[in-house]
Amino acid sequence: MIIKGRVHKFGSDINTDDIVAAKYLITTDERELGSHCMENIAPDFVKKVSPGDIIVAGKNFGCGSSREHAPRALKGCGIAAVVAPSFAGIFFRNAINVGLPFLELPEADDINDGDILEIELSTGTIKDLTRGRSYKTEPFPVFLQEIVAKGGLMNWVKKKRSR
Amino acid sequence: MGYTIAEKILLAHSSPAQAGRAGEKQIKAGEFIEVRIDIALGNDITAPFAIQEFRNSGIKKVFDKNKIVLVPDHFAPAKDLRSANQCKVLADFSREQKIKNYFEIGCMGIEHALLPEQGIVLPGDLVIGADSHTCTYGALGCYSTGVGSTDLARAFIDGKFWLKVPAEIKFIYKGKLNKWVGGKDLILFTIGKIGVDGALYRVMEFSGPVISKLGMDDRFSMCNMAIEAGARAGIIEPDAITEEYVSRFKRKSKFYQSDKDAVYEKTIEWDISGLEPQVACPHLPSNVRPVSALKEVKINQVVIGSCTNGRSSDLKIAAAILKGRKISPGLKLIVIPATQKIYLEAVKQGWAETFVRAGGVFSTPTCGPCLGGHMGILTEGETCLATTNRNFVGRMGSPKSFVYLSNPATAAASSITGRITHPDFVNS
Repeated sequence: MIIKGRVHKFGSDINTDDIVAAKYLITTDERELGSHCMENIAPDFVKKVSPGDIIVAGKNFGCGSSREHAPRALKGCGIAAVVAPSFAGIFFRNAINVGLPFLELPEADDINDGDILEIELSTGTIKDLTRGRSYKTEPFPVFLQEIVAKGGLMNWVKKKRSR
Repeated sequence: MGYTIAEKILLAHSSPAQAGRAGEKQIKAGEFIEVRIDIALGNDITAPFAIQEFRNSGIKKVFDKNKIVLVPDHFAPAKDLRSANQCKVLADFSREQKIKNYFEIGCMGIEHALLPEQGIVLPGDLVIGADSHTCTYGALGCYSTGVGSTDLARAFIDGKFWLKVPAEIKFIYKGKLNKWVGGKDLILFTIGKIGVDGALYRVMEFSGPVISKLGMDDRFSMCNMAIEAGARAGIIEPDAITEEYVSRFKRKSKFYQSDKDAVYEKTIEWDISGLEPQVACPHLPSNVRPVSALKEVKINQVVIGSCTNGRSSDLKIAAAILKGRKISPGLKLIVIPATQKIYLEAVKQGWAETFVRAGGVFSTPTCGPCLGGHMGILTEGETCLATTNRNFVGRMGSPKSFVYLSNPATAAASSITGRITHPDFVNS
């Protein structure tokens, strides 16, 4: 799968309250959650996102609360992937479980806001088309690839049970 | 090669194939395993997604109605129509699935104070909760970790959980604790030293002579904030203090100890003698300063409560400081006991009266203001000193408000002066 989109750059330790504030956790609708994505720290963010865009951030992306609303809000506003040097533990699980692609890239800070990236998930390759650079990230471990390939945790469990 | 307490619990809950594996170690940091869970927890924010996913799966019955716990606590008593709908989703599902451990507001509490109090989580258990502060229960010597709603939905189906075995960091605390200094200060100090990702995807094992003397409430506060350093779990070896706490419960528990030759990624040792009460400044829990460095900071509101510090000993120390005193004119003091049992104790012991006479309000249990839900939202320009666990931008309301985090004694003393104040102030 190839993801191509424009970069929205964020700093380190972006927490799940930043991604979607608690006052909006009164719905399970991804689009509604998405309409408030990053509101506290970047009020114009949602307006600037086109479907397929990519977030590039600093270390420890998604720290804080366990709210799965965070990766769902990112999906809901059109974000297709997140690239960062590291991800917080629960966000990591949630992103896998709900099928939001993410890549761990130590050099994420080299990528600029507004750059156009092309990401090939199967190989973990990230191309910065604007700057003509290419990066290789670690592909997911086999166990996680299997969950992603089945379309998320719930499908994986269902298939496992029907075997 | 030996095993840590966390590894032993994970191994005991893994498949027989894992335990029967030949080779050096049966469980290794970095490998993916599946484990059986003893308890799966959800609340009014996270469970509605889980219940939706469970229903979408087409499966009709949960794997074990006695191992699922649902607590409406974040926006309960329902703060508005839409949170009322979410709470009702939990109530309806619990009735339908005959889930015994559903706690309506009259018998509820903040989940992470409630579950240990009710003996629902015990030493040796493997617990998942769709709430990041599920790591609190590690204080009892169980492996307890925060997960997402889909993880919870999956657990509803087959009682299982996938994880990458975390590496571990051992923290040893030596020396003598000053008066007014407790578990909250130790964990704030620790996060201040290692940062909000200092234990990213690790287990934090808290140990040493200081921890051995720490009461259960302080241990809960410490493990509660392990997530604030990025940890998957915080854990403390169960001992005589744990035994005393759990002896009243019928269900059998298992006390695991770490082996002497257990392997840790690193071991960090501190002498905490002379440590002052600690305060985390806006906007990260790692932005920690000693209380005396912040005496110029004026505050508009004080919140004493939450899954971090809303327990009996927290309210008791706050009441001792506030007894016979008045809070600073114009300041808002909000005290929230973490469970109905603690609420009742506060009434019986006269702490509730102390808070009200001092000029504060005394609420029914709720997470409320901690996450900017209700019961004390901050507006632009306001500053709050809270005994809660997070001080991110906009955490308690306006993105232009400020939250400082402290222990309950510092919070109570500061409510009297209107500035961040060392609790020693009460002796002056």
